[in-house]
Amino acid sequence: MMTNYETHEHDVLVIGAGGAGLRAAIEASAQGMNVGLVCKSLLGKAHTVMAEGGVAAALGNVDPEDNWEVHFQDTMNGGKMMNNWRMAQLHAQEAPDRVRELQEWGAVFDRTNKGAILQRAFGGHKYKRLCHVGDRTGLEMIRTLQDQGVHRGFAVYMECAITKLFKDGDRVSGAFGYYREDGRYVLFKAKAIVLATGGVGKAFTVTSNSWEYTADGQGLAYDAGADLIDMEFVQFHPTGMVWPPGVRGILVTEGVRGEGGILTNKEGKRFMRDYLPESTKDLFSADDEESKRWVDAAIAGVKTNDRRPPELSTRDNVARAIYTEVKEGRGSPHGGVFLDISYQDAARVRKKLPSMYHQFKDLADVDITAGPMEVGPTMHYIMGGIRVDADSQMSRVPGLFAAGECSGGMHGANRLGGNSLSDLIVFGRLAGLGAAEYVRKLGAAPSIDNNDVTAAIDEMEEPFKRASNADMKNPYDVQKTLNQIMSTYVGIFRNKEDLETGIAKLQELKADVQRVGTKGSKVYNPGWHMCRDLKNMLIASEAIARSALSREESRGAHSRTDFENLSPELGKFNTAISKDGDSMKLEKTPCPEMPEELKKFFVKKETTHNG
Amino acid sequence: MAEANLKVFRGEKDSGTFENYKVPIEEGMVVLDAIHWIQQNVDPSIAVRWNCKAAKCGSCSAEVNGRPSLLCKSRMDKFEPGEEITVQPIKTFPHVKDLVADVSWNYEVNKKIVPFTPKPGHNWVVYQEDIERVQEFRKCIECFLCQNVCHVLRDHNRKDGFYGPRFMVRLAGLEMHPVDDANRLKMVKEDAGIGFCNITKCCTEVCPEDIHITDNAIIPMKERVVDEFYDPIAKFFKSVFKAK
Repeated sequence: MMTNYETHEHDVLVIGAGGAGLRAAIEASAQGMNVGLVCKSLLGKAHTVMAEGGVAAALGNVDPEDNWEVHFQDTMNGGKMMNNWRMAQLHAQEAPDRVRELQEWGAVFDRTNKGAILQRAFGGHKYKRLCHVGDRTGLEMIRTLQDQGVHRGFAVYMECAITKLFKDGDRVSGAFGYYREDGRYVLFKAKAIVLATGGVGKAFTVTSNSWEYTADGQGLAYDAGADLIDMEFVQFHPTGMVWPPGVRGILVTEGVRGEGGILTNKEGKRFMRDYLPESTKDLFSADDEESKRWVDAAIAGVKTNDRRPPELSTRDNVARAIYTEVKEGRGSPHGGVFLDISYQDAARVRKKLPSMYHQFKDLADVDITAGPMEVGPTMHYIMGGIRVDADSQMSRVPGLFAAGECSGGMHGANRLGGNSLSDLIVFGRLAGLGAAEYVRKLGAAPSIDNNDVTAAIDEMEEPFKRASNADMKNPYDVQKTLNQIMSTYVGIFRNKEDLETGIAKLQELKADVQRVGTKGSKVYNPGWHMCRDLKNMLIASEAIARSALSREESRGAHSRTDFENLSPELGKFNTAISKDGDSMKLEKTPCPEMPEELKKFFVKKETTHNG
Repeated sequence: MAEANLKVFRGEKDSGTFENYKVPIEEGMVVLDAIHWIQQNVDPSIAVRWNCKAAKCGSCSAEVNGRPSLLCKSRMDKFEPGEEITVQPIKTFPHVKDLVADVSWNYEVNKKIVPFTPKPGHNWVVYQEDIERVQEFRKCIECFLCQNVCHVLRDHNRKDGFYGPRFMVRLAGLEMHPVDDANRLKMVKEDAGIGFCNITKCCTEVCPEDIHITDNAIIPMKERVVDEFYDPIAKFFKSVFKAK
């Protein structure tokens, strides 16, 4: 029997409607393209909405010394020089314009005393650089792009998930998916596709990520022949909630530390200074007195020569420090450490960190203006992803573009806080431009083979056919096993033995993924959706584990207990994963060479210490 | 381990029944966790819309014991031990399945609102005190609980004449933006139908972001509409000005 599906045609199909996808759709549309935007959730609910602390852009409103060159250096140093230098350069150069553009589109950022966009301090940023709206910057950004987008005339397909990309020869030709609402199938014919699907957090037990983060873009691109780079670099945000169990992993913004939040262990010791790498010690305050003067100056909005508190080290460092404190028995009652902002004026805390105030009060019965929070590391972000050309954002598959978290290269081995929101708008725009440019040069529209569509339908029908099988697996059970494997063997600290065990267990799990099934109808059936999502998560998980095993050094967020030092030699290569028949191929490819005029920024002597 | 008694509406397009579930309670658990427990352990096909589980995205709106709430903010320990907890979809919008409703009407309304239109050549020097009230409106997470509880939409189904509290908040955020140059008052009065609101403040009560919808958005806009269209003195000056 022939299964029905609806068909739509677009020049550019954007998959994912967070900051990057919306910005890409706006740009492609402005270039005169007929654009379709697919979102897995309702419009405006994508993960961007959860971003809190701010968007990094060297506007120099608070610290006038700031400029793109410093932002570029901070980003490369934060990424342990693994970043694609050209992406880091474009990002630093273009972020200020993109932020001003958001303002012109209606974003209402907090202001300085002089009426400019206010900027706050964040880990790894030399100057106060994060434009913000209290601690709900992501909401402001996505709503601004959404309200701008709905007037640009592109089609929006809400609660629609993509399960397959099609190619005509080498070139991208379309995509197939289903609507969550009623399970009806949909075919998109497209000349170019932009993936902006975000991250992979749902492969881990404790994560700040929402249900949407199931590695869709990474999986689809891998299957279509793109390569995934730097997948070993997974960011554990140092501060997630740890109590009560139901909220474990929910993000506590770095803005708390940016506003002066202090980390202590159960002995009351302010421990971060002990974990500062030798090479960065002189960037931080010498003692608590200097930290306090820096915070006081920041609150008063005045300049100071005092240096920042040690809590503002980069995320990889702070996460390792907290993990170590807890592991060595100095943690808080629920297995975290204390983060305290309550020494500051309560009204100011509520004003600058309103959602943190409500989050702790409503979900944990903790008043953060009266006492400390308990926090611990939570899986937050993947630096690696689909390899793209820095200027056009095109992958090695002609017509397939990627932007935002699902792409790789920009953040190297560790992302600085605030560089994600700026990444979305800088590279979202470039991907929209790149896709439009590609479509203009494309001759005849590529076509889609009917057999491919039939195969895509069959794949989605499978889980229902398995429903009556005696060996049917519940997709949620399989996900739970996957989470346990990743969190146990591919976590913050890694070693050869664990990684090999993890990879072996992932191999075993592949058989279970082939057996998952679901009962019920296609109408809004999350169990059915999970059956498909698992395949993408498994691809990303295996890519992470294999890349991690192959990198025999510690660099940025990738910490190997059996290779504790950074290796200058290994730092010259990216890890690239691609599909080779039924198996996963891993290659070491040389990092793009930075031109001399940028190299001059990084003259300090080589170190083998990862910090 | 303690157990909670959940009574969850199950079914498609309004035809359905309440099903009972016994769910083990963990400390700090919210109703959304209980629904997820059912999804993972009893029936993977149970439909619930959610994203962030941290009250930031506004996806998991439903009615818990009759009260419009975000499931991710409804703590299980707020109920008496053994108390039956009834969970059903929001009522004002068409039912899809289980706890999911079709809220697409709201997205259609949003498209009709004249977007932010900055004054040409503005220097973007804007002071914090001038944007405080706009920032309150921009806290909105579009959970549509205010739309759900508004009696104009819920009881009288006047979606043809009234945009609802969410879009009064959006309109107020644009109208009160110090750099915005467009005039939406005619829209506020006519298409958006602000006159339908008779200030019962139900919307304000259910807002999970504590936006003072009625006091800070709707009433000031009603005043602006009155000034623009019904002020006799202004009307006189306008007519004189026009006569010239």
